[in-house]
Amino acid sequence: MILLYTKGLRKVFGGLVAVNNVDFEVEKNSITGLIGPNGAGKTTLFNNITGMDIPTAGDVFFKGKIITGLAPYKITRLGIARTFQNIRLFKDMTVLENVMIGRHFKGTHPYLTKNSFINAILGYIYVKREEKDIYNNSMKWLDFFNLKDFANEKAKNLPYGKQRELEIARALATEPELLFLDEPAAGMNPKETEDLMNTIKRIKELGVTIVLIEHDMKLVMNICDKITVLNYGKKIASGTPKEIQNNPEVIEAYLGREDE
Amino acid sequence: MIDLILLNIATLGIFVILSLSLNLIAGYTGLLSLCHAAFYGVGAYTTAILMTKAHFTFLPSLIISGFIAAFFGFLIGLPNLRLRGDYLAIATLGFSEIVKNIFLNWDSLTGGPKGISEIPPPSIFGIKFSAYNKFQYLILIWIFVAITYFAIKRLTQSRFGRALEAIREDEVATLAMGIDVTKYKVFSFIIGAFFAGIAGSLFSVFIKVVVPNSFDFMLSIIILCMVVLGGMGNNLGAVLGATIIYFASELPKIFGISSLIPPQFNQIIFGLILVLMMIYRPQGIIPRKKIDYETNIVKEMKLRNKK
Repeated sequence: MILLYTKGLRKVFGGLVAVNNVDFEVEKNSITGLIGPNGAGKTTLFNNITGMDIPTAGDVFFKGKIITGLAPYKITRLGIARTFQNIRLFKDMTVLENVMIGRHFKGTHPYLTKNSFINAILGYIYVKREEKDIYNNSMKWLDFFNLKDFANEKAKNLPYGKQRELEIARALATEPELLFLDEPAAGMNPKETEDLMNTIKRIKELGVTIVLIEHDMKLVMNICDKITVLNYGKKIASGTPKEIQNNPEVIEAYLGREDE
Repeated sequence: MIDLILLNIATLGIFVILSLSLNLIAGYTGLLSLCHAAFYGVGAYTTAILMTKAHFTFLPSLIISGFIAAFFGFLIGLPNLRLRGDYLAIATLGFSEIVKNIFLNWDSLTGGPKGISEIPPPSIFGIKFSAYNKFQYLILIWIFVAITYFAIKRLTQSRFGRALEAIREDEVATLAMGIDVTKYKVFSFIIGAFFAGIAGSLFSVFIKVVVPNSFDFMLSIIILCMVVLGGMGNNLGAVLGATIIYFASELPKIFGISSLIPPQFNQIIFGLILVLMMIYRPQGIIPRKKIDYETNIVKEMKLRNKK
């Protein structure tokens, strides 16, 4: 079953066509890799799907419904979470609070109204319960990533690899069906990459569909079920890791053409 | 002498409400707002007009003042959907000038540069306030300080407050967490403006005269300094900052030596405090406190077990 697909998605920045009529598909319960040389339009494609950017043309379909141009927070509420290429944590807040923010819109107590500020002042007992609920759920996610010991540490004080993990934990706290990871292994050492690979597999076991942009070919080829290759904004190939590895066009895009 | 002290403590209360409410906007949400004096002025003028021209009693005019100021907060919150950082500061600065000029020039309603005088003393639940009894006012004002403090404390310790802080840290990431950033920013302005309006209303019945110059742009800066000095994003810090700055500028008057030192001297001390503060402790006297969720939750569980 196809969970998300784009139809002729196009994004133009001034004279530059960053994403050129891309048809991108994500199978449910799979790990899809999105690769391509630098500047191929991978992150732009992510941004257009998650609402951070509005596409120039084309549509995005999630579970059969058009979500093109919806506000990013609405898309998150529909069940699409994401991480960022350059880590965007709430740096001065604690690790626990970072994850609690992810629980924000899930934490509504059934007796509470939607306006959280009225509740905060008047509904003391319910807010207490709500907070406890958010806290317990957040701790569960910290546990999943072995970050429990850092719970009261400021996010900016974590080592780099842990910050990446925290960002994923925070995205997962919104309980998404589809998780977009933008270069999760960037700047990690081989050991950390190895750990990340296992973590991604564990996330998949939770029933979360994953899409990831990555330059680390070992990671991509190892864990992805399907790979899509972009070059100069165009989709040039899509298939299983084996097929991609032997695709002449992909090899050309990465290594250049063999000149006469 | 005792009257002077009471007067100062009561006035301080008004500044505490102002700095607490600005702390919500600037300290928690991280929106650099330079129009707090305008919200304060809107509240003060609303009460003055309602009580002198429409002969309202005090409590209804107080509440209406709060809501009208909140409406102005909503108005300034709207352009703020598009503006960030410095640009927002400039826009709010413009807004505060507009409000001041309306006070100055709408003669029929606001009395122009002369302002509105002879605002009747309030009476609440049959207690009539006497202009000579400062103590009554002091109690009244500090009751509202307490209400403001607890309301804002509750707000900032709930998920609402946490969302505001997330917006301060990183707007884009907050959006990606499913939080409607625009709505929260506007609400932060509305709530901040509401309490500033309440402060304005208290001010106008306390001083009994409102003139446009009381709601100058400089006042916004001073309130902002109180928040920055005390500690952005900490309610106790805002109270402390207001206390320090208020007394730093009033000390010569209290000790009766204001004739000995030139009034400019105050501003030199005031500026010096800020410069030193920014160099040695930019996070403010009491920086943002980490909420200890763990002990909070554990405590509550223990309480429940006892029952």
